[in-house]
Amino acid sequence: MSDAKSLRVAYGEALVELGAQDDRVVVLDADLAHATMTSLFEAKFPDRFYNFGLAEANMMCAAAGFAHSGLLPFASTFALFGTGRAYEQIRNSIAYVNANVKFGLSHSGLSVGEDGGSHQSIEDIALMRVVPNMTIFVPCDPIETRKAVFAAAKIEGPVYIRVARPVVETITTPQTPFVPGKIVRLRDGTDVCILATGLMVKEALKAADLLASEGIRAAVADVHTLKPFDAEFVLEAARTCGRILTVEEHSVIGGLGSASAEVLAGASAAKFRRMGIGDKFGFSGKPADLFESFGLTAGDIARECKALLD
Amino acid sequence: MAHEPQDATARRIRRDILKMLYLCQSGHPGGSLSCVEILEGLYYRTMRVDPSRPGWEDRDRLVLSKGHACPALYAVLADLGFFPREDLWRLRQVDSHLQGHPDMTKTPGVDANTGSLGQGLSIAVGLALAAKHKKKDYRVFAVVGDGEVQEGMIWEAAMAAAHYKLDNLIVLLDHNGLQIDGPNDKVMGLGDIVGKFSAFGFDCEVVDGHDAQAVAEAAGRRADGKPRFIRCRTVKGRGVLFMEGNAGWHGKPMNAQEYEAAMKELGGADHV
Repeated sequence: MSDAKSLRVAYGEALVELGAQDDRVVVLDADLAHATMTSLFEAKFPDRFYNFGLAEANMMCAAAGFAHSGLLPFASTFALFGTGRAYEQIRNSIAYVNANVKFGLSHSGLSVGEDGGSHQSIEDIALMRVVPNMTIFVPCDPIETRKAVFAAAKIEGPVYIRVARPVVETITTPQTPFVPGKIVRLRDGTDVCILATGLMVKEALKAADLLASEGIRAAVADVHTLKPFDAEFVLEAARTCGRILTVEEHSVIGGLGSASAEVLAGASAAKFRRMGIGDKFGFSGKPADLFESFGLTAGDIARECKALLD
Repeated sequence: MAHEPQDATARRIRRDILKMLYLCQSGHPGGSLSCVEILEGLYYRTMRVDPSRPGWEDRDRLVLSKGHACPALYAVLADLGFFPREDLWRLRQVDSHLQGHPDMTKTPGVDANTGSLGQGLSIAVGLALAAKHKKKDYRVFAVVGDGEVQEGMIWEAAMAAAHYKLDNLIVLLDHNGLQIDGPNDKVMGLGDIVGKFSAFGFDCEVVDGHDAQAVAEAAGRRADGKPRFIRCRTVKGRGVLFMEGNAGWHGKPMNAQEYEAAMKELGGADHV
């Protein structure tokens, strides 16, 4: 494993690269440019960067104004404030009009860590998933983050890119396909299929290693697009493996687990379990300690797989 | 309340508003009638628009941030020829391009989706900032309601407009003094609203919002490096005596007798 990098750095670098190729790109931030890493874009293209201060609602609607004017705005803040505080601005001023606004929102999920429950977005995917016209990308590593930014620029309409804060080892390659709406099989297996998203993809791969040592063949799939959701892949995995486990760094309500359940209900007799954050808030701690507290480690995933096999 | 004379355009627009609202038996008469001369002053005497090219890149933009007053905007757009006047009579129907609140994806001439109060001014800020970014000289006019300025994001937008020196942004307040639950002063007083916008960095002016020429002249002025704020003194329900100054007519349908009386008052009995 090499090229460990924070996804937010990968996001900022991708914006710089995209900006050099496409002069429609403008970047908006709400006084978090040095946290979301849009500061990299600001340093390179100061005339194409607009800070809105601590005013996320205004930033999102202004982004719509930029899009209506033929520009390609990327608006960034923390996931909680973007999808939460500015929810209705995204819904009415952006998605309702299918405005061509992208939002790369960082510090998502539990992995914000020490800042605690007030800053850990555990519901952002759920909030964005119910909004028509929305596309949702949840990259698992720096390479996929770059691909998500470039794919977002090609989509006409709103795209939410969920960017986790921690430094992440590279687990995909530049050659790994990234087709919006198409789940990527990272590892074959016939006993159980683990559908994982974001930071949980790496844990799922580790879990598959643990299971392999016990003779259990677990498939691992990287769900980088939560919407539109790849129902075909999930149904095929259910037919092949007969057991599906979803893992996400998000509430079990409304995210990957819910999307999978919506596909499987009434269409498959496969055994099914969801792992994620139960119906509760997070708290302060190091990300690794929080994953342990919330039962989201490779060991936890392997145990759930075995429970499905019982 | 005594009537001041309205010009023929304003009367025509008002009659169309009433007919639209009567036919669909829903919608917002009070706030539509109060902004007629504001829209007249802008669209007929100030703005650079071309009804045959609603998507013309260099046109001036209008964001009706108080989106519930869209019957007034629709009547003006139809009168100017953006779409056939007959379309007006299908307001709020399932097969109509005229939605209950403005929809730029459906209606030619509408520059922004509004209706959720507070958001329009921020969209206008984005449009004005994008114009500067693209080094274009078009202007952006935003019509906001007086209840609407109670929304916090209005002030986020105001701060950004001054910060980015948006002298291509002109905000017009339709100050009729009434909102759904009653007078502004009873619900949530605006205080010295001109002083507030002035303190936020706007160049401010107060005009009679029922004098289209005064509105046009004020809207046409520019203050170098500063956004403009024009408080338009208006009367809710303007033009129909039994509606004037009555908060009850914010969103109430007219019955046949009321409609007939209102149309007669506006000199359009044959309009019915």
